[in-house]
Amino acid sequence: MLDLISGPWHWAVSGVFISLTMFALLYAGKSFGFSANLRTICSIAGAGKTAKFFDFDWRAQRWNLVFAAGSILGGFIAYYVIPNPESVQLSEATLLYLDAVNVSRPGATPGFSNYMPAEFFAVDNVFTLRGLIVLVGGGFLIGFGTRWAGGCTSGHAISGLSNLQLPSLIAVVGFFAGGLVMTWLILPLIFNL
Amino acid sequence: MRYLTYLLLGTFFGIVMTKSEAISWYRILEMFRFESFHMYGIIGTAVLTGALGVALAKRFDWKTIKGEEWNLKPKDYSIPRYLFGGSIFGLGWAMTGACPGPLFTLVGQGIWAIGVIILSATVGTWVYGLLRSRLPH
Repeated sequence: MLDLISGPWHWAVSGVFISLTMFALLYAGKSFGFSANLRTICSIAGAGKTAKFFDFDWRAQRWNLVFAAGSILGGFIAYYVIPNPESVQLSEATLLYLDAVNVSRPGATPGFSNYMPAEFFAVDNVFTLRGLIVLVGGGFLIGFGTRWAGGCTSGHAISGLSNLQLPSLIAVVGFFAGGLVMTWLILPLIFNL
Repeated sequence: MRYLTYLLLGTFFGIVMTKSEAISWYRILEMFRFESFHMYGIIGTAVLTGALGVALAKRFDWKTIKGEEWNLKPKDYSIPRYLFGGSIFGLGWAMTGACPGPLFTLVGQGIWAIGVIILSATVGTWVYGLLRSRLPH
């Protein structure tokens, strides 16, 4: 039984659980949209003085911040309390690509998470050129892009598409356009830094 | 009590994100390189079951726990904000291997470098707010 919980879950199980999360929030009278929290954090930090966009009653968004706090707790439980005994099982093609661009395979760095490469995400590498580009640059693009688009994967790809919203489909096309440009054209340059 | 529900729901979501491996930078790379069905399976299943449930909710007029309409407001139609904003987010998603939800989940896993991404994402949202009136929507 514990094996069933600790190991990687089948994509279909995961997909159903994600839509269940959305339905639970809809049933509670809310909606599933994670990136709205970034706007709320700006507002709490006093950004309402600098732009009207942040001048709103963020208290109405407290539930979403609590949801975000829960997702941190969930990450802790899933990682430390019921850890997956094996590394991420990538396809052979992806593993060979990682080798070709000199990025470590999942689990190749002892003592570091096997969900991501230490080259970019280990604390020691935060202040390397490529670490900074990925962390600072990537973060900025996420925060700027999600708010301009009015949502991220949860708000557009899951909630919006489930509600057959054409704007969300356009947003998801954008997500993939940007993702493909980054993966195929820009990341290879960053790997070479 | 009400907040406890959201805390538990968020906890469930964080566990699902981890166990589905959707929080893995490697899985996002693999997805954008079209080398595995895994992520497409997750998102596809979520959207299919989501669309089915939303259709049922509309057909049978399901209410919220307070007896109100579900929060399913149609989004205002336009192209620029979704296409440009979406593409910029897509660049960041593929770069960091995480969307906003997983970013928080990864903090719970002790990946402290993720704090830099969250801080930078917050600045990104703030800069968007400053430039908002000058951007096409």
